[in-house]
Amino acid sequence: MRVRTRSTLTIMSAAALLVLGACTSEVPADTDAGTETTGADAAADSEFFVQSDYEAQMALREAAPEGPEDRPWEQMIDPEMVDTSEYQQEGPYNLCFSNAGLFNSWRAVGWRTMQAEVDLHPEIENFTALDGQGQDDKQISDIGSLAGQDCDALIVSPNTTATLTPAVEAACGEVPVIVFDRGVETDCPVTFISPIGGYAYGAAGAEFLRDEVEPGGSVLALRIAPGVDVLEHRWAAAEQVFEDSDLEIVGVQFTEDDPATAKNIVSDYIQRTGGLDGVWMDAGATSVAVTEAFEDAGMEIPPIVGEDQQDFLQAWRDKDLTAIAPGYPTFQWRTPVIAALRILNGEEVPREWRLPQPVVTEDNLDSYLQEGMPPQHYALCGCEDLPGFPEEWGG
Amino acid sequence: MSDTAAPEARPRGLRLPAALSASTPVFVLLGVLLIVLAFVDIGFYEPDRLLAFIRRAAPLIILAAGQYFVMVSGGFDLSVGSVVTVGVVVAAELFNIAPDMPWPLAVVILLAAGMVVGLVNGLVSTVLAVPSFITTLGMMLILQGAVFFWTQGAPRGYLSDGYRTLGRGMVPGLPWLPWAVVVLAVVALAAVLFMRSDTGRTLVATGDNDAAAALSGVRVHRLRVLAFVLSGLAAAMAAVLVGGFTGISAQAGNGMEFEAITAVVLGGVALGGGRGSVVAAMAGALSLQTLFTLLTMLGVSGALESAVQGVIVIAAVALGAVSWSRRRRVPHPTKERR
Repeated sequence: MRVRTRSTLTIMSAAALLVLGACTSEVPADTDAGTETTGADAAADSEFFVQSDYEAQMALREAAPEGPEDRPWEQMIDPEMVDTSEYQQEGPYNLCFSNAGLFNSWRAVGWRTMQAEVDLHPEIENFTALDGQGQDDKQISDIGSLAGQDCDALIVSPNTTATLTPAVEAACGEVPVIVFDRGVETDCPVTFISPIGGYAYGAAGAEFLRDEVEPGGSVLALRIAPGVDVLEHRWAAAEQVFEDSDLEIVGVQFTEDDPATAKNIVSDYIQRTGGLDGVWMDAGATSVAVTEAFEDAGMEIPPIVGEDQQDFLQAWRDKDLTAIAPGYPTFQWRTPVIAALRILNGEEVPREWRLPQPVVTEDNLDSYLQEGMPPQHYALCGCEDLPGFPEEWGG
Repeated sequence: MSDTAAPEARPRGLRLPAALSASTPVFVLLGVLLIVLAFVDIGFYEPDRLLAFIRRAAPLIILAAGQYFVMVSGGFDLSVGSVVTVGVVVAAELFNIAPDMPWPLAVVILLAAGMVVGLVNGLVSTVLAVPSFITTLGMMLILQGAVFFWTQGAPRGYLSDGYRTLGRGMVPGLPWLPWAVVVLAVVALAAVLFMRSDTGRTLVATGDNDAAAALSGVRVHRLRVLAFVLSGLAAAMAAVLVGGFTGISAQAGNGMEFEAITAVVLGGVALGGGRGSVVAAMAGALSLQTLFTLLTMLGVSGALESAVQGVIVIAAVALGAVSWSRRRRVPHPTKERR
């Protein structure tokens, strides 16, 4: 009997381990994820591709943003202003922030930048921030408790789109709400702040490969994880571009944002196909590991898509890569604080505050590469003019 | 001790499963995977590619060996994944603070730190009698929290090229031989020799029945602490190889504790200890890595990849368990007398 129990236990434990393992490898809306519009129905769209949104974003890339050129976090593209006089009140202010969590370096850089922006404004007396730790239920309770407190405005970076919507709607009734980074499915926030979006990001990398790789060349696509809307948008846009090109997509693989996994996958493809002519990625955290896979195989590094992460920019210059880095700028973390103060001043803000989405290219690489910054710093932080830079950002 | 019932008690000419020992399925699985891989990509067996593959598998195999010591003695070590992560991040911070530090010194510091983590795990779960599952879960959370608190989510510093030699470089004079393969060979040999020593054998006996082991004079606590120290050491070694292979990452060891435990279970080591060989545990790790590679080559990715892995792992472990229970169901001499 003891032995049978042990056998059963073995099988059950193995199953339990697998389930646990699956949990840890599940990447919740991982890196710089954001939803394109507050009323987005993309999450509900099984194909994750909405032609009209795609076209709108392609057009926004060409639009000239309004506002100060040297302060892109204050710029706005094609804004439709809304009146906020009903929220006007005298300072000093208590601002509150419900953060989805600090689960990657993109968010860490953004959070630091936001705190520094708060420090710029003496009229902000208190800044209360709660960390949702990547859990919807925790963030729902955070939003509830912040809305019930003495907050003059509430900033929310939602963990997931649909689940957080009711909590945001409830908060809208009590305090002016500003949503940024990822969206919710309601129009009740006073403003929603985000860069152009995932389609624009994905297309930038794919168009670069279309132009740089010889016709007929083989391209490997590396993605973080399936089922996250903004990442699906990045890939959907890239697919559109690749379909109209002469490139051959030899594989689409998920890396879970793990450099070792990415390096292994690329090594396998290099060895099996005898080489790759380009690598497209939906985010750049693993791009240095990818370049090393080519080096270790004794091959030239082909045209590659990365991100504005410091280690990639450094490798780009040191190894003279043919590369591009579409950005999902961390400077967007400054904007909600600015928006909150404008709203409390009764000034107009855009209903959808669309920020520019710069792309790092060969031509402007040197202006983004900063000596002495840590490998996982994001160059598009817009933080260089903030007090405490670069020490507070690890430089 | 009941699990090691004398095989001669079995009637001759028994059904096939009886011939399967608990660790046979993993070798069958490994063989099948390697054969399938040959059909998918024959070039896989070119020496340099094979060595490159083993280099990649080395950290997981070393982790599995360390995990084996703990599991065969009746415990779990859930902290090894976070030791890998902390190891990679701490190494980067060391080079950030002291860029001119000789890299072997950094390796020694890491290995020592890994052993200290293992020592704490071992002492807490023996002296304080906290179940090892809980101790190492706590340690995992402490280490994850500590590394996050320290780095605020974005580690500083780069790993020096010298430090990355073991994980990425080739042996001088032998440009086809990765250092990681040499390290793996040394670790594997040491693990096998250790398990053949008296200490190794008593470790298994402890996992099988610690009361009986204690009565026969085994210092159970001391042995279990030793197992945790070895696991911590293996995890730190894996951290050196992982960091060397891929460079800085704040999630280098994510999920590796589960991969290591799965590998050990695949190798036929009973949860609860007392049965299984370290070679089979390492073969379990190699099977997992082969499976990952095969799925990549077949273009299986995403959710389906996890599902396929799950089915194969459960099937392999179930096969081992079934053969075992059949063997045990054979009429036992003592029962026959009743």
